[in-house]
This record gives sequence, C-alpha cells and structure tokens, in this order.
Amino acid sequence: MATVAPPLPTAAQDQRLRRIWETKPGLFGFFGTVDHKKIGKRYLVTSLVFLLLGGAEAAVMRLQLAHSNQHLVTPEQYNQLFTMHGVTMIFWYAAPVLSGFSNFLWPLLIGSRDMAFPRLNAYSYWTFLLSGLFLYSSVLVGQSPDGGWFAYVPLTGSAFSPGLNLDFYALALLFLTISATVGAINFIVTLFKLRAPGMSINRIPIFMWGTLTNSFSILFALPALSVACVMLYLDRRFGTHFFDAAAGGHPLLWQHLFWIFGHPWVYIVVLPAMGIVSDALPTFCRRPLVGYTAVALATVTTGILGFGVWVHHMFATGLPPLALSFFSAASFAITIPSAIAVFAWIATIWTGRPVIRTSFLFMAGFIVLFVIGGVSGVATAAASFDQQLTDTYFVVAHLHYVLIGINLFGVAAGVYYWFPKMTGRMLDERLGRWNFWTMFLGFNLGFFPMHISGLLGMPRRVYTYPAGLGWDTVNLITTVGAFLFAVGVLLLIANLVRSRLTGAAAGPNPWDGPTLEWAISSPPPPYNFAVIPTVGSRHPLWEDRLKEGARTVLAEGPTLDQEKTTLETSPLDAVLTDVLRMPEDSLYPVLHAVGLTAVFYGLLIRSTALSLVGGILVLALTIGWLWPARRELEAES
Amino acid sequence: MTTATAQLGRLEHTMVRSPGFWGMMLLIATEAALFAYLLFSYFYLASMATSPWPPDGPPKLDLVLPNTGLLLLSSGSMYWAESGIRSGRTARLRVGLLITLVLGAIFLTIQGIEYSKKTFSPTTHAYGSLFFTITGFHGAHVFAGLLMIAVITVRAFLGHFRQGAHEAVTNVSWYWHFVDLVWLCVFTSLYLSPHFG
Amino acid sequence: MSRYPILPALALAACEPSPSYLRPSGYVGDRQAALGWVLLLIAAFVIVVVSALVIAAVYHRRPAASGSMRATGGLRWIVVGGVAIPAAILLATMVYSMVVLAQTARASTAPALTVQVTGHRWWWEVRYPGTESSEVVTGANEIHIPVGVPVKLELSTGDVIHSFWIPQLAGKTDLIPGQRNLAWIEADRPGSYRGQCAEYCGLQHAHMMITVVAQPRGEFTRWLAAQRQPATAPTDGEALVGRDLFVRSACSLCHTVRGTEAGGILGPDLTHVGSRRMIAAGTLSNTPGNLTGWIENPQASKPGVIMPAIPFQPNQLHAVVTYLRALE
Repeated sequence: MATVAPPLPTAAQDQRLRRIWETKPGLFGFFGTVDHKKIGKRYLVTSLVFLLLGGAEAAVMRLQLAHSNQHLVTPEQYNQLFTMHGVTMIFWYAAPVLSGFSNFLWPLLIGSRDMAFPRLNAYSYWTFLLSGLFLYSSVLVGQSPDGGWFAYVPLTGSAFSPGLNLDFYALALLFLTISATVGAINFIVTLFKLRAPGMSINRIPIFMWGTLTNSFSILFALPALSVACVMLYLDRRFGTHFFDAAAGGHPLLWQHLFWIFGHPWVYIVVLPAMGIVSDALPTFCRRPLVGYTAVALATVTTGILGFGVWVHHMFATGLPPLALSFFSAASFAITIPSAIAVFAWIATIWTGRPVIRTSFLFMAGFIVLFVIGGVSGVATAAASFDQQLTDTYFVVAHLHYVLIGINLFGVAAGVYYWFPKMTGRMLDERLGRWNFWTMFLGFNLGFFPMHISGLLGMPRRVYTYPAGLGWDTVNLITTVGAFLFAVGVLLLIANLVRSRLTGAAAGPNPWDGPTLEWAISSPPPPYNFAVIPTVGSRHPLWEDRLKEGARTVLAEGPTLDQEKTTLETSPLDAVLTDVLRMPEDSLYPVLHAVGLTAVFYGLLIRSTALSLVGGILVLALTIGWLWPARRELEAES
Repeated sequence: MTTATAQLGRLEHTMVRSPGFWGMMLLIATEAALFAYLLFSYFYLASMATSPWPPDGPPKLDLVLPNTGLLLLSSGSMYWAESGIRSGRTARLRVGLLITLVLGAIFLTIQGIEYSKKTFSPTTHAYGSLFFTITGFHGAHVFAGLLMIAVITVRAFLGHFRQGAHEAVTNVSWYWHFVDLVWLCVFTSLYLSPHFG
Repeated sequence: MSRYPILPALALAACEPSPSYLRPSGYVGDRQAALGWVLLLIAAFVIVVVSALVIAAVYHRRPAASGSMRATGGLRWIVVGGVAIPAAILLATMVYSMVVLAQTARASTAPALTVQVTGHRWWWEVRYPGTESSEVVTGANEIHIPVGVPVKLELSTGDVIHSFWIPQLAGKTDLIPGQRNLAWIEADRPGSYRGQCAEYCGLQHAHMMITVVAQPRGEFTRWLAAQRQPATAPTDGEALVGRDLFVRSACSLCHTVRGTEAGGILGPDLTHVGSRRMIAAGTLSNTPGNLTGWIENPQASKPGVIMPAIPFQPNQLHAVVTYLRALE
C-alpha cells in the first residue's frame, strides 16, 4: 500500500533544530526539561506505577474476601486499603494516564513543536507526582485515608476520624487539583492556538475532542471538589461547622459538592479513552471513522450532560421523588451519546477491513465492556431500582466495567498503538495476544460475578461477610478472576519492559496510520516536525487513497530553525496568526512544586512556620517564573 | 522574532489574543466556578436552615457599602491605567496602577475592621463559617490581585511596557476586574439578600 | 420461595438463603424486583446483541479489496443503532421506572404502625413509640412487624450516616444527621428478613446487621405486649447474683434493663435480650457460649467495637450470662 513518505530533515536542519530543542543532559536537564514528549512519558510511567499500587491494594482485599469470615487484615487495614485503592485509581491513575497520552501526542497530532505552556506542563507533572507521594507518605505513618473515596461526613470529620488519615485525603486532593487545573488550561489553549495551519477544528482527532471536553469539565467541576476539601479541612482543623448539623451545617452539602464534581469526573476519565479508540480503530479498519461529527458532538454533549446527573449518587438520601425523577431522567438521557459512539465503532469495523492486532483486540474488547458497563449504568439510573442497587457490589461491578473496561482497555489499546511512536520499537504481538486474553477473560471472570454478589444483597465496603448467605462462591470466583486479570496487567508491563529493550524497530508509520504523528520518525526528534505542515484534511497520510482531493503539505513550509519558536493559528480555522517564542528548560516548575509540597506538609502537621516558608518560596518562585527574561524585553523593543 | 517571521511570508493580522490571555481567561473561568460553588454552599445551607438565617440578623451595611464603592472605583482606575498604556501613555499607567494598589489595600483594611466588629467567629455556627470563608476567599483573591499589580507596577517603573507590548498589564487588569465582579456577587448574596428575605 | 425465574448464575446460591432483593416480599420489594428483572433482562439482551454485532462486524464476508479506501457510509448504523433503538428502549424503561418510583414512594394505605429506627456505630436502636411511657418499647437490631400491613419507619442517626436496607422488603433509605427520613416496609408473608447497614460507617460497618421479623397479627400483638413488660426478676440464685453484678458493674453505664437500676443509653436496651436471636448486631447467634465470649472480649469478634471488655471472674461472668439469658 502506498504511503506518503515522511519528509526527512536535512542533516544541517536537524542539527540546527536539535541545538534549539534538545534537553540538556545531566541533572538540570532531568529536572528542568519542558519537552512535552518526556513529560508525557513520565506521566504514563508514573500513572502506571500508581495503577500497580492500586492493584496491589485490590489484590489484598480480594484475598480477604475470597471466603467468608477471613482475618487476613484488620478492619482498620481493610478500610485504608479500599480507600487508597479507590483514591489511587480514580485520581492518580485514571486521569493522569490520559494526560500522559495527551501530553505526548497533542503537539504531534496538530503539527506543533510543543504545548502552549511548556513550563506549566512540566509543573503539572511535578505537582501530580508530588501530590501522589504526599498521599502515599500516609502509608509510612500508618494513617492512610480510610473514609472511602467519597469520604462522607460526618464519618470523616474530626469527631469520628481524629487521626491524620482524612487530612492526608483532603490536602492531597487539593494538591492534585492544582495539577489537573493547569493541565486542563494548557490543553485548551494548545488546542485552540497551536494547530498547524489548515487544521481547522473539524479536522482534529476525536481523542482531542475527548480531552478538550475533559479539560473544560475539569475547569468547571474540580472547584466543587476543592471547595468540599477546603471545608472538610477547615471543619477538621479549625472547628468550623460546614457539615455539622448541630450548628446549622449539613452533611448532605458534602455529598452535593462531591458528586457535582464526581460525576463529571467519570466522564473526565473515560472521554479521552473513548477518543483513543475512535482514532486508533479506523487505522486497523482501513477506513476513516464512521460519523466523525456525530461522535465529536456526542463527546461534547456527554461532558455537558455529565453536570446534570450528580443526584443519581444520592437516590437513597431521602430527597423528594420529584428531584429523583428529574435526575433519573437525565441519567437515562446521557446513555444516547454513548450509544452513538458504540455504533460508530461497530459501523467502522463492519464497513472497514479489520486488521487484527493486539491493539485492535483491546478495542473490540473495550466495546463489549463499554456496553456491559453502560447497561448496568442504565439499571442504576432507574431511581427506585437503584435504591436496591446503590452501595452494593452491583455498583462496584458497574464502576469497574466503566473504569477498567473503558479507561484501562482504551489505554492498553493506545499503548499498543503508540508505543512504537514513543520508543521506536514495536510491542511483541505474541505476548500481546496473551496479554489481551488474560486481561479480558480475567476481568470478566473477576468482575462479572460482582453483579451477582450485589444482586444477592452483598453491600460494598465490608471487610468480611458471614457464611451461609450464598456469597462465598461468587466471591471466590471474583478473587480468582481478579488474580488472572492481575497477571494480564503484569504481562502488559512485561511486554513494555521487554519490547523497550529488544523490540523490533518500528519505523515512522508501522500501522499505516493517517494522522500527523505518523509522518515523523519514531521516536520523534526533540523538535517534532522539521517543517511545520500545512494540513488539508482529517487524514493527511491517507489522502492519496481517500481520493477526496485534499492535499496536506508535509515537505515544505516554515522550518523555524533560528529560534525556539512554533506557529500560532486562529482558534477555529487555524489560519496562521503569529510565531510564538517557546520557553527554555527551567527549574522553576519543579522548585515551585516542591514549595507547594512544603505548604501542604505544613498544613498537615499544623506547622504554620513550614507553611509560611513554603508559601514565601512559592510566591518568590512565581514572580521569578513570570518575570520576563532580558531577551524577551529586548525582542519587544 | 523577525528572523522567524521572515521565513513565512504573509501573516494574517486579525484581532489575535495571545496564549497568555487565553490562559488568564480560563483561570478566571475556573475561579468563577469556585466562587459559584461557595455561593451554592451558602444558599444550600440557608435553604436547609431550621433556625433563623443569618442567626444574628442581616449583616450591617454601614462599612461594606462604601467599601464596595471603593473596589468598583479601583476597577475604574485599573481600566484607566490599562487604556493608558494601550495608547502608549506610560505615566498614566504608573499613576493608575498606584491608585489601584492604594484602593485595593484600603478595601482589605476596611474588610479587616469589619471582621473585628463581627459578634460571631468562623466557629460559632455554620453561617459564621460560610461568612468568613467566602469573604476570606475573596479577600485572598484581592490580596493575590494586589501582589500581581505590585509586580507590574515595579515593571511599569522599570519601563517594561509600551504601546503594543503590555500583555501582563492586560492580563492582570482582567483578573482585577474579575475579582471586583466576584465581590458584587458575594456582596449581593451575603449582604443584600438577607435584607430581602 | 422465588416468584421469578432465577438466572443460572444465581442458582449457584439457590441452596443457601440469600437476602436477595430479587426474592422479594411485600409491596415495595415486589415492585422493585419486577422492575429489576425487566432492566436486567433488557441489559442482558443488549449485551448479547452488541457483542454478536462486534464479532459479526469483524468476521462477516467482504467483497474483494479495491485500491481506494472507503471514505463515507455507515451513518445509518448510528441513526438506527445509536439513536432510534436506544431512545425507544430508554423511554419505555424510564416511564416504567418512574411509575414504580411513584408507587413505592408512599404506602398504599395509611401505615398502621410506626417504628423509630436510630443508627449507631454499629448497631440499630429500634423504638416502638407509645402515648405513655409504659407503652414505649426499646429494643435493638430486630424489628417485629405484623404481616400484610404497611409499617412506617422514622429513620435517624446518633452519629454518622448509615443506610437502612432490608433487601427483600425495600430499597435503601439513609439515616442522616440533622434530618429525619421516612421509609416504609410491608411483608406479605411471615418470616425473618435479613438487613444490613448499606452506607459505609467506619470500622465495623460489616457487622451492623438487622433482622425484620414479620409475624401474623396476633403473634405480633402478643410479642409487643411482652416487650412492654419490664424485665422479669430472676428467681434462681445465680441469676440474682448476675443481676447485682450487672447493675453494679460498668455494664449499667451503657445498657438499660427496665425494672432495674441499669439505665445507660449508649448501648442497646437489654430488657428482653434473651428473646433476641442474635447479639452484637447480627454478628453472633444468641447462645450462652457466644454471649460469654462477647462479654469477655468484644474486640475478638468485632474489632473496634465501642463496648469495652469487662474484667469479670469466670464465675461472675457465668452469673451475668445466666442473668441475661433469663431476660426474655
């Protein structure tokens, strides 16, 4: 099959561009780099480490629950385990892993040299990492959060949880919101300002629609979590009464704030993963995605509707039936955009010519798991039946089908698809098949029976259960399946490590993919594109075969090889507007994040001095960071 | 930038906002959401209250009314400063920024005086917690705004800004107008609405 | 027992009596279970159809490849499969679920009886209010109701959020500080129905069980009359010793036995503890051995429980257990 040969830079060009863009070796380069590709890979590796930590916590829980009346762990340990498992997976794995893909890929997908705010990008990684380390330092003192990932008050107030456990929770999440917020701002501005000329908004990959929606959701939903965590901390530390019913507060205020944030967050961690599938699936089906516009609109619609369904987490709190009906109806309605995406994928496979690789298998599996998680979600949308389902293992099953089925299987598909681009080496296909089938079978064996234990009346968050209720067998099956699934995840890690070292060379475009990242070498050079392309269609590398008359120009155009610059274009039509000067590597981001860490530890151990020192450091670093370099001032005069 | 632009031939010059401006707008958007949730919390607890709300009767307006005027005035001086540099008048920028700094500082001082006169504290009841947290969050934003203004004032005196090269001034002025707008929302919700309940 | 066909997977457990809400009793439980079956069967149908479509999409027969790539087409899939069919199914199930919501939101007839349930870490206080104090009955972890009539429950909590849930009778209603939630249950045949706290409430959330005992009307009336009596005074010597030990020791600081000086209110009322089937909120069956072990070391079977171990001598412990067993 004919592929457009990627234009190779001349040696002189390459050398000039490398001098400008390459991260310096040594410690300064390590801590100071602002290269989106390095940051993206760090995001991916770090979030996979958190995935393994959360998985290890789950494994211990499954051993405890394999049989009735077991005492492998104490109730205290169990409660910390399930809380840390949930918090880790939801906050430090599921969203950051997608940020990793976005960070690595976005500039490559849009023909840019970096993100809009490269130093902010580094900052969002360092705050992600340090907030995670902050959270896990609770393990060292044996006081990890133990209030469940949604930490309902008053159980999590100081009266019933006097230790540091919930202080770690509130502060670590506040810390993480900083990372997510600056990341979201960076993605939105990058998408609207840095696309290569000609890449109008209807030519961006669906993955970018997913992350764009996710970023706006973050900006509007995450403050609800911040407000809730600030209130929780103030109630615990200073004795305010936000959630104290005896003094005019109300425990349901926490639930409203948490779920106003919490439900959009579900879409935050799935929409980009759905986008990965929407973009990678067509490559293996040898045709463009069916219904690009419908899927893009469905993505945005889901993000918006996601703000109107939070009360379906509160169907048992005694709200009036009218309120239940409204939120129940909204929860039914949000199914439609998902159904649109599912049938777009099926239609793409049906009308395409599927090439079955591991990545494709993960995507096919993803569709099936998506549907199972979707229909069980519809069952929980029906308010009166949800009053039975809520807080049982049925909901545990549902949320794992959503989070693992959609997020992790989408991520795995994306890893198999883009690993060659990231490393220049192919993942092993044979190991990949083993990887997929153990994960897929293990997952279903482990998590499908949870629906049944839920239907049999087993509540979630119990550290043990009595014999004789019909729960033993299903729980044993669940445990066996969970461990099989864990083996599958370890096979993925093994494949990553092995192929990183010994995998076959990938070449620029091993899958014959249609989008811009496949037009450059694997791994990409530090400057990404030697020539900034001019984009003519949604599938620049398939134009010769699609015969739509579009023509993307890859070989000639601006090289920008004098200074560290990239192109700025208009938000919708991507008409060239300016040349942007990009920042050099800098230690400000990492130092600023360290300063914040000091602030949060000060708040944790109630040391005003430490918080103050950290705060002053942060302030000074902020001014230094934003102070213009002499060169910029000269450039302006 | 001249060398790079030279390679490109024609640039389309339209009304283009820099990435920094976009970033500031998005920061403002997420901060606006933050205050929306704080005010949601206020009205939620007010609606669920079983005893009088606010417990000590509607807040007095004697200090806060003139203080609100002061903050609005500071928005005016900020606009005056920023429009000055847009037409290249550096002196007007410097004077305008200084006036804004002074007005903002007086606002915070009066806010502090009002705090000291309150008969309740953040730990008295949920209303007190909300009152001090919401006005405190706003005060912190005013303080952050003042720090930004202080920095650009220094830069203004160092001669960093000229006509067509004053992005930081524009961004800070947007932030300052936002902080003032939020105050109007806080003022209406916490101070005025109890008088009409 | 079951009124509905049991899925093969559920049959795994059919030999054991599970508290499944798909094996309901009574007005609310019946309607929620019927809705549940409809939703689950539709779900199963959709999963099977879509999975089959995915497989067929990969393996169906295709015409020979041509040089160019297909750029358009396939939109009908989205219109039919992604919008039209799901919208129809969703609309129908939504209307049905709203009807059930309206039906189950309030009792069909005015409830004949009100029971006040208060959640504590980690047990349930059950109170039958009365116009005079001698009519009031306070028990723990066991609700007796007459068969065939709706019973109103007033739910509140003494500490954190709990959730009241008897799967076979009705879905959950939370117990939330600062508000009194109402729920109602009705059992249409006698029997005991297992329930359990459904909102995570701390260390011993797993051991916060409650049983609803549905009795024919006459039997229930007799039970209530018996519960209204103060504790029977012990007759045999050891039980008398046990009573004195109980009243004078730390036990009476937390527990009430009506008719004695023991008047603590932090723990369950033990006036008729001997008549209960379980102790420690459903953790242990009410046998002399379990009761002895429980008093000796509550932390062993319920780590983190607020009840402290009371340092009785073995013979003292025996006397106390004898006394408590006699409180029927």
